[in-house]
Amino acid sequence: MLSILKYLKPYKLQVSLIIVLTLIGTLLELYLPTLMADVVDIGIVNNDIPYILRTGLWMLVCAIFAIGLTVLVNFFASRVAMGFGKDVRRKLFVNVENFSLQEFEKIGPASLITRSTNDVKQIQDVLNMMLRMMTRAPLMLLGGIILAVSRDQTLSLIFIVALPVLALTIYLISRKAIPLFGELQKKTDRLNLLLRESLIGTRVVRAFNRVEFEKKRFNQANEEFRDTGIRVNKIISFLFPSMMIIMNFTNIAIVWFGAIRIDAGAMQVGNLMAFLQYSMMILMSLIMLSFAFIMIPRAQASAKRVNEVLLIDPDIKDPEQAKAETGAHAEVEFKNVTFRYAGAEKAAVEDISFLAKPGETTAIIGSTGAGKTSLVQLIPRFYDIESGSILVNGIDIREMKQHTLREKIGYVPQKASLFSGTIAENVRFGAKDATDQEVMDALQTAQAIDFVNEKEDGINTYIEQAGSNLSGGQKQRLAIARALVRKPEIYIFDDSFSALDYKTDAKLRSALKEETGNSTIILVAQRVNTVMDADRIIVLNEGKLAGIGTHEELLKDNTIYQEIVESQRTEGESA
Amino acid sequence: MTANNHDQDKHENQANADSSSKKRRRGFGRKQPQGGPPPGSGGHMMMPGQKPKEFKKTFKRLVSYLKPRKVALIFVTVAAIFATFFNVISPKVLGDATSSLFESFTQGVGVDFSYLGNLLLILIFLYAFSSLFAFLQQYIMAGVAQRTIAEMRQEVNEKLTRMPISYFDKHSHGDILSRAVNDIDNINNSLQQALTQVITSVITVIGIIIMMLFISPLLTLVVAITIPLSVIVVRTIATFSQKYFKSQQEELGMINGHIEEMYTGHQVVKAFGHEDEAIEEFDEINERLYKAGWKAQFISGIMMPMMTFIGHLGYIFVSIAGGLLVLNGSIRIGDVQAFIQYSQQLSQPMVQVASVANMIQTALASAERIFNLLDEKEEPRETPADINLDALRGDVSFDHVQFGYEEGSPIIHNLKVEAKDGQTIAIVGPTGAGKTTIINLLMRFYEVNKGSISIDGVKLTNLSREQVRSMFAMVLQDTWLFNGTIRDNIGYGREGVTNEEIVAAARSAYADDFIRTLPDGYDTVLSEDATNISQGQRQLITIARALISDPKILILDEATSSVDTRTEMNVQKAMNELMKGRTSFVIAHRLSTIKDADLILVMNKGDIIEKGSHHELLEQDGFYADLYYSQFGA
Repeated sequence: MLSILKYLKPYKLQVSLIIVLTLIGTLLELYLPTLMADVVDIGIVNNDIPYILRTGLWMLVCAIFAIGLTVLVNFFASRVAMGFGKDVRRKLFVNVENFSLQEFEKIGPASLITRSTNDVKQIQDVLNMMLRMMTRAPLMLLGGIILAVSRDQTLSLIFIVALPVLALTIYLISRKAIPLFGELQKKTDRLNLLLRESLIGTRVVRAFNRVEFEKKRFNQANEEFRDTGIRVNKIISFLFPSMMIIMNFTNIAIVWFGAIRIDAGAMQVGNLMAFLQYSMMILMSLIMLSFAFIMIPRAQASAKRVNEVLLIDPDIKDPEQAKAETGAHAEVEFKNVTFRYAGAEKAAVEDISFLAKPGETTAIIGSTGAGKTSLVQLIPRFYDIESGSILVNGIDIREMKQHTLREKIGYVPQKASLFSGTIAENVRFGAKDATDQEVMDALQTAQAIDFVNEKEDGINTYIEQAGSNLSGGQKQRLAIARALVRKPEIYIFDDSFSALDYKTDAKLRSALKEETGNSTIILVAQRVNTVMDADRIIVLNEGKLAGIGTHEELLKDNTIYQEIVESQRTEGESA
Repeated sequence: MTANNHDQDKHENQANADSSSKKRRRGFGRKQPQGGPPPGSGGHMMMPGQKPKEFKKTFKRLVSYLKPRKVALIFVTVAAIFATFFNVISPKVLGDATSSLFESFTQGVGVDFSYLGNLLLILIFLYAFSSLFAFLQQYIMAGVAQRTIAEMRQEVNEKLTRMPISYFDKHSHGDILSRAVNDIDNINNSLQQALTQVITSVITVIGIIIMMLFISPLLTLVVAITIPLSVIVVRTIATFSQKYFKSQQEELGMINGHIEEMYTGHQVVKAFGHEDEAIEEFDEINERLYKAGWKAQFISGIMMPMMTFIGHLGYIFVSIAGGLLVLNGSIRIGDVQAFIQYSQQLSQPMVQVASVANMIQTALASAERIFNLLDEKEEPRETPADINLDALRGDVSFDHVQFGYEEGSPIIHNLKVEAKDGQTIAIVGPTGAGKTTIINLLMRFYEVNKGSISIDGVKLTNLSREQVRSMFAMVLQDTWLFNGTIRDNIGYGREGVTNEEIVAAARSAYADDFIRTLPDGYDTVLSEDATNISQGQRQLITIARALISDPKILILDEATSSVDTRTEMNVQKAMNELMKGRTSFVIAHRLSTIKDADLILVMNKGDIIEKGSHHELLEQDGFYADLYYSQFGA
């Protein structure tokens, strides 16, 4: 928590202002009972009506000032807390945007999302509360004690008993309750998981007639959740009444011992009344403080998670002196490239060398886990390699600006991620300034034009988040159009035709061939007929190069390739 | 996901809607601890409340859930009344003590300790009982609320099990989940807090006013001046802050959406060098969020201080007026003190009532949504037919079947298919042709509109759904496995299977080898969405699961590209094993399967447009022939 508070620095002045204003406001509020005591002890006792009215006016002035100050504090606190949240959220987002895939996957998108949204909000809310309460409560506590002591030292001894008892009670109850909150959270998660699971699997559950089994699982989790919920609430139900009873008994003690002091002539009644007020303030502020302390651990967990992300320094950086690269075409060369995911024992890609030439298609085939995707992801420098080098037109990609490198590449990922926005906007993600005609052309080549035209709004059809209103094949074709519109020097298709049926797949590939001209095409595939026509097929096996050659060459003497071909039973070819 | 998401666009939309449920799901986890009112719990009222449509009806129905706990609730009410009653009297008694002190002081006599002692003893009694009853009230209420909610949750869940599949196809999971989780949560919170707070607040306000009138009607009037003031303040601040809270909530949704989108598409953002644009847009939303946020926080934060200020005003008025009245001799000094306490106690329940009203409104809106769900039409219950299912052969016939997802617009018009026991029927067609419709009808996930489907001459509609499904097993591309061990997942196929049967099934499904290489073997717990094993391996497990259930008829969805070639070979071998001697309906992607099938159903745009064997269809030179040749036509 503390380390994240360093982002409060720009608000140093405002925070100090909050503290000063709170101090003055609290003093004014504490002054009210003192004035009231004077009304009783001087005004009433001496029958001095003008004094009563005068003091009353003073009280009014104090109260107005106090509220004015509180409003000011509130103003600054809101701005500081929200500003702080804004800053941290931005720092986090900017840092994540600079992450390579390596860092990104270390934490995972789901967790990164929660950290950037919920966790930041959690910290921001607690900070907001702290700025209001944590400044006020200690000052109130301290001021109350000082004034109480200054009124009557002896009577103040009561607090020596009352305060620790109150603190201990709160401590004991929260110590019991806090772990239960954690347990409750786990059981909530379990309940949600079961519910989600049975929703997603409705068909399977019913197909196997296991409705009763699912019901039983759910009911059990539901009962466990209920029982923990009851336990938590039962413990919490001790909290408020016990705080009340301690406060009230303290008051009784004050009146009783105060009476003794008054009887001895050591104290006035107005003072006793003021003392009662102080005691209320002291105890209330202690309660406020303890609630604040209960809040802090919640923010602490969030702060830790946010900090973790902030402390990651993206390890892929642009070189200080980037080499300019101006070729109209781009040749991609791998020289003894070895790459390993962070912490992995086995290299994902080992000692790979090949040359992909402009105007040619280089296909990569191999079973899952063979390293195909890892290999192509090295070209846009999503990851840095361990040894060897990757050259684009003879220049090591580590010596180029990431932006320059990626501008050359039209990348179609395995999972076609689209963004919310129109179809045209999504295609233009590839090239900001593409004209409508260029967008249409790209859609045409990607075999997407038919279904786009079928939509009422054509290329201005709105795509929901993650493209949820499109089918898998449609999304894939849009992702291809997005790469095409870029007119890049290098195309990377990472198994990008998998969601298409054979017919569309074939049409698309022949259209692509006309369109891509002198670009370098690198494509990953599972189906043999997708790679058959490639100028060069790279066969990967367990991260290593198992062969390079044309379909015919490989068919002749590459056992792994033969195996793959065999498994797909190409005898249909003769039909 | 379900069987649907690679067929039929309409279904794909629904299937993909699950990703939007992820968005909503994020919010579920964080739960506020329920129970004791946090300090300054006025926050609730700031949130814009949702309004229920039929207030009275929903309220009545919600109350009916509390009926079984009538006795407990009566106890809670009685306890609340007692707690508040004792609480309301005590300031007057404390005031009497002060008066007695003051009088003995001004009259210069010694303190009347026996009188004072008596008063303080009464106070001890009052405070102790007040706290005791407050405790009892909350303690009992804990059980009432949690039990009521657990029952409601169970009811919703069981209701879902009785809903027709079409309901799940039409509603996104996110929507259903949000009802079952968020809405029930809303009701829970208001039950736990609102109910008791309403009782205490109302009684407190009434009690205090009575006590004040009893002590001094004149001073009551002075305090009364502050009441409309508080009402005005609460109202104006609430309306103002609601506006900003709403826009804060909107911006928060926007920024969360943006973050989620950019992170999910991180690879693409990087590949296309869109980082700067992403940050730019982020900054814009972030700035708007900041502006709406600080205003919302500021205005809502003013509420408590303003109420304190009004309390102070009352305090000052009472101090002055009371002081004058004491001089006047019309009231005693202790009464002034009691009045001060009363006026301070008065503002809190007023804020509370405002916040509770909002909470109740939200809870009722939630309850309404849940009741709507509970009132949805269910699948009619069916009694199992008295037929020995084991004796039936796996002959399947579609007799003049007509079917459409929407009433009045049939997509299958007049389907006649005869499949003999042990035959393989391949279903082929382009993406979106509606291949899963056949599965939906066979398994009675949907009912045919006209005509009938029968197994060995017995119409499916003469059997119960459970009986129909017990004759089938499905292996789909979307391999649904649940959060449990591999053993339990395979055993899911049939109740009461032995360990040996599970291992045997895994072996026949070519899954045994890889399962044994896992650190925990058969006891490996599959995590949510089973990401700790590969797609192909998941499919092998579902094949083992189907084998265990030993069905008469199989429904298979062949793997496409998501599985690597070697695992694919295993999957293929396992599927062949599974299909031996069983009538199989296969959504086929593989030529070998298609060519060897006894019957091929060619689907396009929802309907079956051609059927016959491979050679017959090629000779027809129609859609199938076109589809078939196009594969190598490039």
